[in-house]
Amino acid sequence: MKPSLSVLWIQAGGCGGCTLSALGAGTGGLTETLDRANIRLLWHPSFSASDGGQALRLLERCASGDQPFDVLCVEGAVLTGGDGGSFQILAGSGRSMACWVRELAQVARYVVAVGTCAAYGGMALSPLVPTKAMGLHYRDEEPGGLLGVDWRSSAGLPVINVSGCPPHPGWIVETLMGLAHDVFQEGDLDSFGRPRFWADHLVHHGCVRNEYYEFKASAAQPSHLGCLLENLGCKGTQAPGDCNLRLWNGGWSCPNAGYACINCTSPRFQDPAGAFLETPKVAGIPVGLPVDMPKAWYVALSMLSKSATPDRVRKNACEDHVVVPPLTTP
Amino acid sequence: MTELSLGPFSRVEGDLELRLTCEGGRVVAAEAATPLYRGIEQILEGRPAQDALVIAARLCGSCSVSQSMAAAKALGMAIGTRPPANGMIAANLILACETAADHLTHFYLSFMPDFADPAYSCRPWYALAVRRFQAQTGVAAREMEKARVAFLHAMGILAGRWPHNLAIQPGGTTKSIDLGERMRLLAVLADFRRFLETALYGDTLEAVAGLSSVADLTRWADAHGADGADLPLFLEIAQDLGLASLGRGPDRFLSVGAFGGVEDPLFPAGIWRMGAGNALDLADLREDLSHTWMSGPNLHPRDGTTLPDADKPGGYSWCKAVRLSGDSMEVGAFARQMIAGHPLIRSMAAAQGGRATVAGRVVARLLELAILVSAMERWVRSFAASEPYCLPAPVPERAEGCGLVEAARGSLGHWLAVEGGRIRRYQIVAPGTWNCSPRDSSCRPGPLEEALVGTPVDEGEAMPLPVRHIVRSFNLCLRCAAQ
Repeated sequence: MKPSLSVLWIQAGGCGGCTLSALGAGTGGLTETLDRANIRLLWHPSFSASDGGQALRLLERCASGDQPFDVLCVEGAVLTGGDGGSFQILAGSGRSMACWVRELAQVARYVVAVGTCAAYGGMALSPLVPTKAMGLHYRDEEPGGLLGVDWRSSAGLPVINVSGCPPHPGWIVETLMGLAHDVFQEGDLDSFGRPRFWADHLVHHGCVRNEYYEFKASAAQPSHLGCLLENLGCKGTQAPGDCNLRLWNGGWSCPNAGYACINCTSPRFQDPAGAFLETPKVAGIPVGLPVDMPKAWYVALSMLSKSATPDRVRKNACEDHVVVPPLTTP
Repeated sequence: MTELSLGPFSRVEGDLELRLTCEGGRVVAAEAATPLYRGIEQILEGRPAQDALVIAARLCGSCSVSQSMAAAKALGMAIGTRPPANGMIAANLILACETAADHLTHFYLSFMPDFADPAYSCRPWYALAVRRFQAQTGVAAREMEKARVAFLHAMGILAGRWPHNLAIQPGGTTKSIDLGERMRLLAVLADFRRFLETALYGDTLEAVAGLSSVADLTRWADAHGADGADLPLFLEIAQDLGLASLGRGPDRFLSVGAFGGVEDPLFPAGIWRMGAGNALDLADLREDLSHTWMSGPNLHPRDGTTLPDADKPGGYSWCKAVRLSGDSMEVGAFARQMIAGHPLIRSMAAAQGGRATVAGRVVARLLELAILVSAMERWVRSFAASEPYCLPAPVPERAEGCGLVEAARGSLGHWLAVEGGRIRRYQIVAPGTWNCSPRDSSCRPGPLEEALVGTPVDEGEAMPLPVRHIVRSFNLCLRCAAQ
C-alpha cells in the first residue's frame, strides 16, 4: 500500500513562524511537497477552508476518536498557567488550548512538536510571565512537560521534537515522510527527542567561516567575515542542526549571513549565560567551547593556530568583503 | 436580537474570537477578542539591550523582520547611531522581501479560498474560483507557493534565512552583498516579476502601479478579465458580491513611513483624518486598558506597562486598545497608500465615504506588491561597492529609543528604555494592536469592530461569509496584537 499520513496541526502559544518556515519546503512549496508524499493536512489553522463550528466539530471528532488521524503536530508552547490554561483559549470553544492538546495527544498515533516552543517551551518559557509555558514532553531540559515523562503515543513513540526557532522546512517534512513510511524508531531520536538525521550534526559542520575558525581569526563586529565564535556569540560548535549542510532559503544560513548561531534547536536556548550576540569569556577565553573537546587542548590549539594565521585570513576577518585574495597555484 | 460567538478563524495569523450582536439581519455591534497572551514584553524586561533583536523578532513569524527592524531602530536611537547607506538599502530590501511575500501569501492562501465556499456555487465565477483557490487543492496556491519559495531566495542572499534572522542590527546589516549576489538578486526578482505579471496581474507591474482611479480600475479589469489572471478574477468577484462597499472601517489612517533612509521614504509617514493628511505626530498616543485583561493606567507606550489580569472586570481581550488623540486608526497597505496619495486608493476611499473596505484593502496590498517589486529592482542596483554595511554600535548604559516600521500589515512601534545596559521597559504597538483593538474607555470600537457593524448576516449561517471576508481583508495578526 502506498504510504500515506493524515496530519492535524494545532497552533498553541507560538509566533506561527514554524508554519511559515514549513511553507518554504522543497522547491515547489509545502502543498506540493506534502502531496507528493501523500501527506494530507486534515486541518491546519493557516491553510484550511473550514473554521468556526465546522472546525471545532472536526477537532471534537478527532479528540473522541470518531475521526482517526495519524499525526498531531503542535506548534508553540503549551500555556498551562492561569485558571486551567486561560492564557490561551481556543476561540469559540471556551476551553484552553492546553486541554485540547492533552486530549488530542491521547488519540494520535504520533505526536510531533514543531519548533523549540512546542518541544521545550522555548521563547515563551520565562519565570517573568505567569503563563507557565512548557513543551509537550519537556520543560526546558527537564523531561515531563505537559504529557509526563512516561507518556507514549499510541504507536509507542515519545513526542518527536522537531525543534528549531524556526525548524528547517526539510526537518519537518522529512520527519512526517519518515512517519508515513513507518520507518521511525525510538533510536532515531536523540536524547532530547530530536530526529537524529539532522540533530546528529552540529551547525558548525560545513560552516563557510571554517577557515577563520581554524585560524581563530575572529569577527570584531557584525558584517565582518571572520569566525563569530570568539566575540559575537556563535554557538554553532555546540548546536545540533545541519543548517550549514542542507542550508536555508536557497543556500544560506545564520553564520553564513554574518550573525551568530544562537543554538535555537536546544532546550533553554532562550536563556543564554550572557547576551545572545556576545561571547561570554573568562580570562579572555570563551566559555562556550565545543562540548566534547578537552578545554586545555582547545586553548593550546587556538594559540597554535593563532600564531599560524595567514595574514590574508587575519585581515579579511575584520572586513565585510575580501580585501586580500588568496594566493593560488597558477 | 441574537448573539453570535465566532471562532476559531482559520487563515488568520493567531487567535481571534468574535462576538456579534445581530438585529434585522445585520450586525449592530461587534467585539473582537484575542484569546492568547504570551508576554513577550514582560520577557524582554531585564535582558541585555541587544537581546531585543532576538526576542522581539519571536513575537511574530510572519513579520519577524519588521519586528527585528523596529528593535534595531529603537536600539539605534538609544545608541545615537544610523546605519551606513548600504546597510539601509540592504535592510529595506530585507523588509520589502518580507512585505511582498506576506501580501502575496495573504491573497492566495488566506483571503481567496473563501470564494470557493459551496454557498457561492451559483455564481458565474464559482468554478474558476474553486479550480484556482480552493484551500489546499487549488492550482493558484501551488503556483504561488513555488514562486514564493524562489522569491525567498532573495531573503537567503540578503539575510541568511527567514523567518527569524538577525541580519538587521542597530549599526547596519550583517552581510555585505557582492557583485555576484547583486546579480542573483536581480535574477530572483526577474523570475518573481514574471510570475506576478503572468499569474497575478495579467499585465506589467508598472501598468498596475499606474492605475489611477476606480473608473480606471474597472476599465482595466474589463480589459484583462479574459486573461485568466487572478487580480482581474478577484475584481470580477468583488463586483458581483459588492465587496467595494463591504466592511467599511474608520475614516482615519496612520502610517509611520516605510523604505526611507537613503532616499525619501517610498511610502511616507502621516496621519489621515477628517478627509485630510497631516504630519505624523505620536505625542498623543495612548494604550487604553479599559477592555483589556491588563491592569494599570492608560499610558503612552513610552511609559507603558504590561500587567496581565485575567479576571479584570470588563475585559474581553488580551489586546490593548491603542488610540491616537482618542481615535482608533486603521493601518496597513490601504492606509499607507492613502497617506502616500496613490490616486487609485484615494479614489477608492472617496467612493466609500473616505474609508477602506474589503475590496480596497485587497487592491491596496496587490498594488503595493507591484510598486515594491519594481523598487526592489532599483535598490539592488544602488548598492555602493566597497562601502560599509555596518558600523560599531555599543549600547549605552542608560538610554531610551523608539523604532517605527511599516510591517506588511501596518504600523509597528517599539519603545525601549535601557538602564545599566539592560532593558528596563519594552512596549510594542503592532499592526494588530491598531486594527484589532478592543473598545476604549469611551466604548468606541476598534477598526475591525467598526468595520463589522452593518454587515448583512443570515442568522442561520454559522460563519457568515461577509464576516469572513471582512476579517480576512484586514490581514490581521493577533499574535502581534496582544504579544
